[in-house]
Formats: sequence, structure tokens, C-alpha cells
Amino acid sequence: MSATALDHRRQGLTPGGYLICMRGVMWREALRFVHQRGRFLAALVRPLVWLVIFAAGWRQVLGVSIMPPYHTYILYSTYVVPGLLAMIQFFYGMQSSLSMVYDREMGNMRVLLVSPFPRWFLLVSRLTASTVISVIQCYAFLVLAWLWGVDLPAAGWISVLPALILGGFMLGAMGMVLSSLIRQLENFAGVMNFVIFPLFFASSALYPLWQVQQSSPILYQACLFNPFTYVVEFVRFSLYSSLNVTALAVVIVCTVVFTAAAILAYDPARGLLARRPGAAA
Amino acid sequence: MDGPGLAALRAPGLAAETSALSVERVSHSYGERRALEGVSLAVPRGGFVALLGLNGAGKTTLFSLITRLFDTRHGRITVQGFDVSRRPSAALAELGVVFQARTLDLDITVGDNLLYHAALHGIGRRRARERVAAVLEDVGLSDRAREKARRLSGGQMRRIEIARALVHEPSVLALDEPTVGLDVASKATIVEQVRALARARGVAVLWATHLLDEIEPGDQVVVLHLGKVLASGEMSAIIASAGAADLRSAFRALTGAAAPVPDAEEGGA
Repeated sequence: MSATALDHRRQGLTPGGYLICMRGVMWREALRFVHQRGRFLAALVRPLVWLVIFAAGWRQVLGVSIMPPYHTYILYSTYVVPGLLAMIQFFYGMQSSLSMVYDREMGNMRVLLVSPFPRWFLLVSRLTASTVISVIQCYAFLVLAWLWGVDLPAAGWISVLPALILGGFMLGAMGMVLSSLIRQLENFAGVMNFVIFPLFFASSALYPLWQVQQSSPILYQACLFNPFTYVVEFVRFSLYSSLNVTALAVVIVCTVVFTAAAILAYDPARGLLARRPGAAA
Repeated sequence: MDGPGLAALRAPGLAAETSALSVERVSHSYGERRALEGVSLAVPRGGFVALLGLNGAGKTTLFSLITRLFDTRHGRITVQGFDVSRRPSAALAELGVVFQARTLDLDITVGDNLLYHAALHGIGRRRARERVAAVLEDVGLSDRAREKARRLSGGQMRRIEIARALVHEPSVLALDEPTVGLDVASKATIVEQVRALARARGVAVLWATHLLDEIEPGDQVVVLHLGKVLASGEMSAIIASAGAADLRSAFRALTGAAAPVPDAEEGGA
């Protein structure tokens, strides 16, 4: 063993080492993202289909009256943009969890988990990486929406950033918890049907909650219990430089809970993975 | 079944201090099913220990405990004296691992795979590049650094995984059936390279296998069967204590099972 390696060991895990490790995890996520351009395009096409086709069709049917954070009547295409931003983050969070299941099946996950850095830090690094990528996707979509003629306040481009970061973190952590529960890649279709679609449609992403309440009080209650609703509202208000305190509080609490659950799930002492043979991450 | 290695095994406290890798009375269960029962072994500093066992013997479970993918609930595992459960960071920093399953990221280049591993050990960019160049040279694959991992043959992937395990200059190298699924020539290259690297660097090696032809006469051998260590010591001592003519016969006498053949395929437990 070289003298440099010995020095390195004696120093232990330094703050610089933590930074190098996190940068490495983010860099790998970015490399994967760049190498899988199809993923990037798919992530943009999905919300664009909603914006260009769905919103155009509903424009005449669905009027959105004045309600916070809007100060005037708005077109449906404007209303739906925050929901589509959250949708990008939601799908990327799930895609990231899918990639964790893939990594686990392919064994790549072990490389991450046998790093000397604490497990919680490795998972948070991975979450940070997926959040950064999802925020980049959101801004790419905002540019396309703006080119499509959606009117967005100039200040909103900046003020929405914290909401996108927090929202991305929460949805990424939720995906991470799900990834610990999924045994095989094939089971992910079940997650699409039983988690992603219900959470997306039973939210304020596509239609205002007051309209949901008028048509179905039960669905309205479901929307209120859905954490995704609060990500959408947090992003919506932030895009107009306003703060929805309830949404912020729910998103913070959910982020903490999901992150803690993910760390627990991947903890070798308590995690779900340790209880089954052949599932060593 | 006595052998030179047993002295260390009978004094676990001492083994933990003097061994590069020490496993002391480790047990592990999956629910009701017992996968390991009171397993002890020690790999001396710079030594080579072959962990011999059939499929389902518990080799992969033991590796999962050594690498802390699973928590050690019964017994104790130390790497260079650091308890894997109590001081996981220090222990894992001393450990290089080659898993039975392929763990390269196939979508990125060989060099990027190794740089990623270096980052996971907190090694800065400049030093990481130096180390990556050095380990690729060690395994004779310097010319493949810019190629996507997907394009490598099975044997080359394994050699890259070995190179990756050495990037952070570990004191202990643990390899879980590294030659599974490889052709005879690739197997021979890998066995030879690991032995040469271990000799040159003084790295302790734990080599899990079910293939008898990977074990050499002077090697320390631990025979693991159905989660229990049946024998431990130098190969010649194991053969003598079993009253057998060779390791194959000794393995059969100890386990009551047919000895594995060199071209057998594997899926660990």
C-alpha cells in the first residue's frame, strides 16, 4: 500500500472526501442521463403532449376562474404548467427508483453501498443527483412552454427553483422507498398502475380542487390526502412568487419522512433488504 | 480436520488483532432458514485463503456480511482490526470487493466506472486518474479505458472489476466466485493475476470458489458446507486429516457431497 493511501486512511472521511463522493454520485447520474438521451426526450415529450394536445382540447371546456395565486382569469394551458412541472419530477423520481431496482438487480447498487461513506449520505447523494437532473428537465420544459406561448411571470423562473428542488427531493425519496419494496424490475408495472397514476390524477395537477369538490367530494378528500397535490401547489404558488405555507409544510414533512424511510429501508441492520436471501442490495 | 489455520480460529480475539480479515462465530438466518452457523475464519496479512463450498454453502451470504450489505447480528467481523458493524467506514475503506454478480455500469466507459469507484472512496480527481491508470496496467487492460464496459468480454469485465477493487489500495481483497461463467483461459488469467497482485502488494485475499482447480497446494483452505465450517487449514493438512488422497476426495469425505467439477455453473446463496 502506498504512502498516499496510508495518509488517506489516517485522515479518515474528511469533509473534502464527502464532497468528492457526492460529486462522484452526481457525475455518474449525469453520465447515465447523457448516455440515455431517449430518457431525456421521453421526459419532455410526456408533459408536452399534455400541454400541446390535452390543454388545447380542454381550453374551451375548462375555464379557470380567479383563484390564488392567479390575479386574473387564466387559460387552461397556463393552469396546467405547474402540474406538468411536478409531473416531470414525479416521473423522474419514479424513473430513478426504477433505475435503483435495475441497479440492484444488476449489482451496481452494491458498488455504491460498500463505499466507506455512511449509508444515509450515499442515499442523500443519490437523491440530490436525481433532483438536480429533474430540475434541469423542468427548466427545459419551461422554455418549451414559453415558446409555445404560455405566459409565465419573469420572476417566477427564479422563485420556482426552491420549490422544484424540494419537490424533486420529496418525490425522489418517495421513489427510493418504493424501490426498496420492489423485488424485481417486472413489479414496476404495478407501481405505475397502483401508485403513479392514482397519485397524479387524484391531485390538483390537471384540474383545480374546487372543481373536483363539486363533482366528487370523496375524490376531493383523496386529493387533500395526496402529498403530490401539495408539491403541485407549492410549485404553482412559487411560480407566481407567492408562498403556500400549507403546501410548503406538507412537502417538508413528507420529504423528511420519505427520506428517513428510505434510509431505514436500505439500512443493513433494519432494512427490508436484509430479510431476504439473495437481496443484498 | 486440524490445520495450521485453526490456531487462529480457536483464539478469535487474537485473530481479530493479527489478521487482515477475521470472521468470528458468525451466524445469519433468513427468517427461519439458517444460512450460516458459527462461522469463523481468518485471513492473515498478505495471505491467500480459499473459501471452498458448493452452491448454497453460504459463501455469498458471508460476503454480504463482510461487506456490510447485511448487518452482522451474531458474531463479529473485522477488517484490519476494524469491526464491520461498529466502525463500518474504517473497515470498508480497507476492503476491496469483487462480487459474484457483475457490477460494472455497462452504459459508461471502463475509465468512468473506475473513477466513480474512486469518488465513492473520497479519492480526488488527480489521484484517482493516477490510480485508474495504474490498476488498468496491473490487469493488462490500459487500452480499454475509453471503451464502454458493455463492449468487454466476460473475462475482461472481471479483470476490470478486480482493477476497480484495487483502486483505493485496500489491505484486503474479497472475491466471491470471480471466475463463474468464464472460459478456461480467462479463469487461468484471473487466478494468476490476483495471486501475482496479492504477492506484489501484500494484499490479503479471500477467494470464494466451488472450483477445486483454483486452489494451490500451499493455500489456506476453509471448507464451508451448509452454513458451517467443516475444515480449515493448509490444503495438505485438510487432505491428511480427512485421510484422503487429494482435495477432491477430502471434500467428498468431509461434506458427503460430490466434489464440484471445474466447468460447473453457479448461482450462489
